[in-house]
Amino acid sequence: MNVGIIVFPGSNCDRDVAMVTRDLLHLPTRMVWHEESDLSELDLVILPGGFSYGDYLRCGAIARFSAAMQAAVQHAERGGLVLGICNGFQVLTEVGLLPGALMRNRDLHFVCDRVPLRVERTDLPYTQQYQHGQVITLPIAHGEGCYYADTQTLAELEANRQVLFRYCTADGQLTAVGNPNGSLSNIAGICNRQGNVLGMMPHPERAADPMLGSTDGVPLFAGIVSAALSAAAHR
Amino acid sequence: MNQTYQVRIYVTLRPSVLDPAGTAVQSGLKHMGYDNVEQVRIGKYVEVTLTATNETTAREQIDRMCDQLLANPVIENYRFELTQLQLNPG
Repeated sequence: MNVGIIVFPGSNCDRDVAMVTRDLLHLPTRMVWHEESDLSELDLVILPGGFSYGDYLRCGAIARFSAAMQAAVQHAERGGLVLGICNGFQVLTEVGLLPGALMRNRDLHFVCDRVPLRVERTDLPYTQQYQHGQVITLPIAHGEGCYYADTQTLAELEANRQVLFRYCTADGQLTAVGNPNGSLSNIAGICNRQGNVLGMMPHPERAADPMLGSTDGVPLFAGIVSAALSAAAHR
Repeated sequence: MNQTYQVRIYVTLRPSVLDPAGTAVQSGLKHMGYDNVEQVRIGKYVEVTLTATNETTAREQIDRMCDQLLANPVIENYRFELTQLQLNPG
């Protein structure tokens, strides 16, 4: 499967992601400059963390108009996989592939930490290698990660089982104590209704190399690969 | 003939959206002794100068700019004031 990582001016986690997909998982991986518009050979498009276009105006607001993002929207509409991490999640909400918005953290601090997350759904490529209800630990590093959506949108997210990851305490409780940024319903990551677009504030790519102390992010990438392999076998 | 307009755009958080920065500023004001401050909400102010054939066209364009980029309708409202700039006589 072919992986493309979109590089916006100001992206800074693009090579961390490539380190995982290219060097750890040995997947063909291409860096896609934001001015490119042909993503047709890609199976998985990743929007990395960072500060696209300086995060001017609002996080991710300007990135949505780039040529590569327009192509990524078409890729998603064809059913292709799109994974947005951190700033990538913010871009996905701005471009409308995912509902809601990411706002200033509840306590106004930039939070750089490792936090427990509960896996809420395991029947999608992204999460199929986790156990339902499993508590994993991933790094977060953001100032605007407080998920907001209106009441009706939140209800739809729950009804369609679109919440894949929630912030929790170490023993899996969904409390305010386990919520680092004030996100509504402790939301850390959501998918679209079809399940092919995932946005998440935590960084799975920073928890993939055993040398860095945690590999809780590996099943996310491995799940995508195994879903692609089994899809290819059924073609 | 094209007219030049100056537009003052105010982007504010929707009333239902919490504003932790506004709350922090309010507590700062309280520390300064302004006990009578009941609420602080922080928004954005954008100035745009543009040319258009008439005011209606200009207003329509600004509406689209706000909906698509300057404000995020999920969390923000906007309003704007528009004034026609006089041609420079020199």
